[in-house]
This record gives sequence, C-alpha cells and structure tokens, in this order.
Amino acid sequence: MDATKRVIVPPVPGKPASWTLRVRQAIDRGLPMDHLLPDRQPYYVGSWVYVFGVITIAALAWVIVSGVVLSFMGPQWWHASSLGRFFNSLHFWSVQLFFIFMVLHLWGQYFMAGWRHGRAATWMIGVVIFGVSILTAFTGYLSQQNFDAQYIAINAKDAMNGAGIGAFFNVLNFGQMYGLHVMLLPIGVTFLVVVHIVMVRMRGVVKPIDAEGGARP
Amino acid sequence: MKSIGESQDEYYRGVRMVPYDLVKELVLAIGGVGVLILLAALFLSSPNVPPVTIAAWALADPVDFVTTATDELAGTTTSAAYGNPYNSNGSGQKWGPIAPQQWFGTRIPIDSANTFVIQPLQRASYSNTELGGAINTWEGATADQQAKWLDAYSKALPKATVTDGKVAVATGDYGPLPVMMSNLVGVAQSGGLDGLLAVNGRFYQTDYTQALLFMGDGTYLSGQAQQANLTSSQWGMMNETGSYPGQTWLWLYTVWYQLPPFTSATGFLGFNSSNADLGIIILMTLLTAALALVPLIPVLRDIPRWVPLHRLIWRDYYARKRTTA
Repeated sequence: MDATKRVIVPPVPGKPASWTLRVRQAIDRGLPMDHLLPDRQPYYVGSWVYVFGVITIAALAWVIVSGVVLSFMGPQWWHASSLGRFFNSLHFWSVQLFFIFMVLHLWGQYFMAGWRHGRAATWMIGVVIFGVSILTAFTGYLSQQNFDAQYIAINAKDAMNGAGIGAFFNVLNFGQMYGLHVMLLPIGVTFLVVVHIVMVRMRGVVKPIDAEGGARP
Repeated sequence: MKSIGESQDEYYRGVRMVPYDLVKELVLAIGGVGVLILLAALFLSSPNVPPVTIAAWALADPVDFVTTATDELAGTTTSAAYGNPYNSNGSGQKWGPIAPQQWFGTRIPIDSANTFVIQPLQRASYSNTELGGAINTWEGATADQQAKWLDAYSKALPKATVTDGKVAVATGDYGPLPVMMSNLVGVAQSGGLDGLLAVNGRFYQTDYTQALLFMGDGTYLSGQAQQANLTSSQWGMMNETGSYPGQTWLWLYTVWYQLPPFTSATGFLGFNSSNADLGIIILMTLLTAALALVPLIPVLRDIPRWVPLHRLIWRDYYARKRTTA
C-alpha cells in the first residue's frame, strides 16, 4: 500500500472537534452558494425598484476604482494635470450617482417595508451605511484642495466644535481628513456593504406586503 | 435549530421561482453606470476653483487684512473669542447641562495675537532691526498702552488708503503698530505668511488650521464665498462653486439652519441661534436613530402599508392575487 495515500476518516456524529470544520459547516448552513449566487428568484421580483440596490453597488465600485487611482497619484495631481482632473471628475460624479441610487434604494425599501420577516437588522445596517457614506463624502469634499473645500471646512468647524466633535475631528486639518477619507472610512463603508449584501442573500427578497407573514418584523 | 439557509427555502415554499442571473445583472450595472459616469466626467468635469491664499487676500484687500490682524492683536476676532477647542476665551455652545464644547477642553490651542501676528513677525524680524525694535516696543508696553494704540489704529483703518499695496492711515499715536502691520502685510503679500502659518516650525505639514482660522476672521474669504453661494445662510454645506451639485444629501441637516428656533434669538426649549450647531447635531442624531429604528416604531413602520406605492411595485403579484381570489 502507498504510504502517502490519504486516509478518509468517516464523519463523527454530533459537533465536530475541528474549529475549522465548525466554521465551514456554519457558513454552509447559513449562506449556501445557491443563496449567495442565486440563479432563481421569486416571480414577484420584477420592478425596476429592485435595480436601485445593484446600481448603488455599481456606483460604489466606480467610486473605489477612481479613488484608488487618485490616492495612488497623490493630492498634487488632480488639480494640476488634465488627466488628474479627469479622474477627479470620475470620482466626483461616481459619488453623486452613488448617493442618488442609494437614496432611491432607501426610499424603495421603505415603501416596500423591506425590514419585514426578520430583516430589521438588514435595514438598520443600511441606515448605518448611509451615515458612514455621508461622513466619507464629507471628508472627501474637505480633501478636494479647492476653494469649496476651504469654505466647507470653515463653515463646518462650528458644527463640529459646537457638538464637541471638533476636539478630535478637526475639519481644518487636511492630513486628518484625507487619511480618514482614503483609508478608514472607505474600509468601513465597504465592510458594511458586504455585511448588508450577505444579510440580503441569507434571507432572500422579502415577500410583498400583505403576503403570508404580515407587515411587521 | 433551523438554519437561516433552510428557513429561506421554507420562506419561499409554494412561491413560483423564475430564472435570474445575478452576475450578469451586476456586470451590466457596472457597465451602464460606468458609461454614465464617463459621460458626466467628459462633458461636465468637476469643481476646480483654486483655493484662496493669504497672499491673494493681502494683495486684493490689504485694508481688510490689516484690520483683521489688528483685531487679532486686540482679541476681538471670532477666533480670539471662540472658546474650545481653540482657547478658553468663550463659553462655547451648550444646552442646559449638555456642553460638549467645554467638556473636552482646549485641544487645538490658538492664541490669536501670538499665533497670527507676533510669532510670524518675530520669525520675519531676524534681519530687520526696525521690525525687531517695533516688536520689542509692543511687548514692553503695558496692556493699557497697547489697548490705546489698538483703539486709535482701529479707528483710523476705515479711512486708510492703499498705495502700491501698502496701507497708510492718518497721522496719530499708534505706537509700533504701523511698522508691525506694514511688515506683516508685506510678508503676507509675498506668500511668506501662508508658509509661516502652515509650516509653523515643522518641515512636513498637512494641517491648515491656523491659516484657515486667520482667513476666516477676515471678510475677504467670506465675501468670495458669498459670491459663490457657499455661506450657511445660502445652504452652503450643500453647494459647490459654479453649477456643480454639492453634498445635496445634507439637505435635511442644512434646512434647520434656515428655520426657527435655530434662526431666532429667543428660541424654543433652550435652542436658539447661539447654540444652533449643537441643537441641530442633537436633532439630526435623533432623526438618524429614528430612521434606523423604523422597523420598531409604530406608525412609521405602518406608513408603507397605508401608502399604496407597494401595489405599483408588486403590481403583478396583486393582479395575480385578485384573479385567483
């Protein structure tokens, strides 16, 4: 017999001892691949309202791609060269579309009461994404290095200081705002969006209002 | 215990399922949205108005520059009397016992007279004996004497004349102030003050707090912002220069600055124009929490059932339900 041949150990009934196996089994149970990447969906998913979610993700992808190019080339680039300004424009308009689509998605989900049937946490994470996105965009507007950025900073400092936030979050400090904008906040938005999508795929699309199950969570 | 994966299958039991291609939908969305962004970038570009420098300010309006610097020395500017986090000269905003501006102390120290006037002049006086003498005279004078010079100079400035960028006032007893201000405006016009306030003894720097606070104390920058519709009374946080959209998603935050009690001196429930920033942040925090908690709040969570928009979204479902009923 070949000494290197693998020996298949039959599964032991009950909870496995291997942590790795436990994690894998939990993922298999919670989010099987046919739920993560479904090729079928309920027949009532036909409205254009359902598109708002996926186009928000598409706009976010463009925000990230254009942002990575801008951060790679550095702050002196985007107002000093025509190519830099073009990528700055790509970033600017992808952010605008991201917010338009996200707000449409939010209102669509509100009027569909998308939080029903155990989906309240998905709604709440979505609202947190909206808030963190606003903060990310705000630090982006402060990092533009143009006249707008200057005056937004001067205007906004009073709100931040009045609430005590300005002691730690100094909108007049370009380095702090730029660091938050290109690093911590985008990681936060991306992570929360991934969690949001996983939660949507785990539970699937909610049934129409007044369908079996009622309208409340 | 039932797994979530199994419960989704149970959830859809009896529901007719139709073919769906999620990956294709995502790829088409990325492509379609990409085309929209590309067209907007090509044809509409993006905001590109250059920032205002202290040099530009001192060249364009030297009287406003000198007036602001004199007010910094007198301690009468917004920055000088701001309070925390810059100094302890103002009480800051509060609502009853809620005073977060005071709680965290002076974390970004700004002494307006020293930061914006005396220290830059001291750095500029290394090879300038006349300026060095003027600074010594200023620092050696009593506070009462300094106040008299400042008062006389401030009263003379509204009638000041400008020749070749230099500010001249009527003859009077201003002590060393004309020499100090003449040098400060000269340093500023050459671009030196932009560097002195930013570098501030360091080599690498990315912090523009001092330069922005100083410019914010003058009227030149706010005048430029007024022309560009960027001030707070013009919904400034939402605007960009030109016709570009700004942070339009901040409309609900910005709208409160246009409405009572936040525009009123007397106010309501302790909120008024003097603590509007704190009041609006508290209000927006509560509204954001309410939005997150909509699924748990009666009435708010019931509105979608009462408003028949869902009948439009799922019209096929309801049509089928009617025919099978």
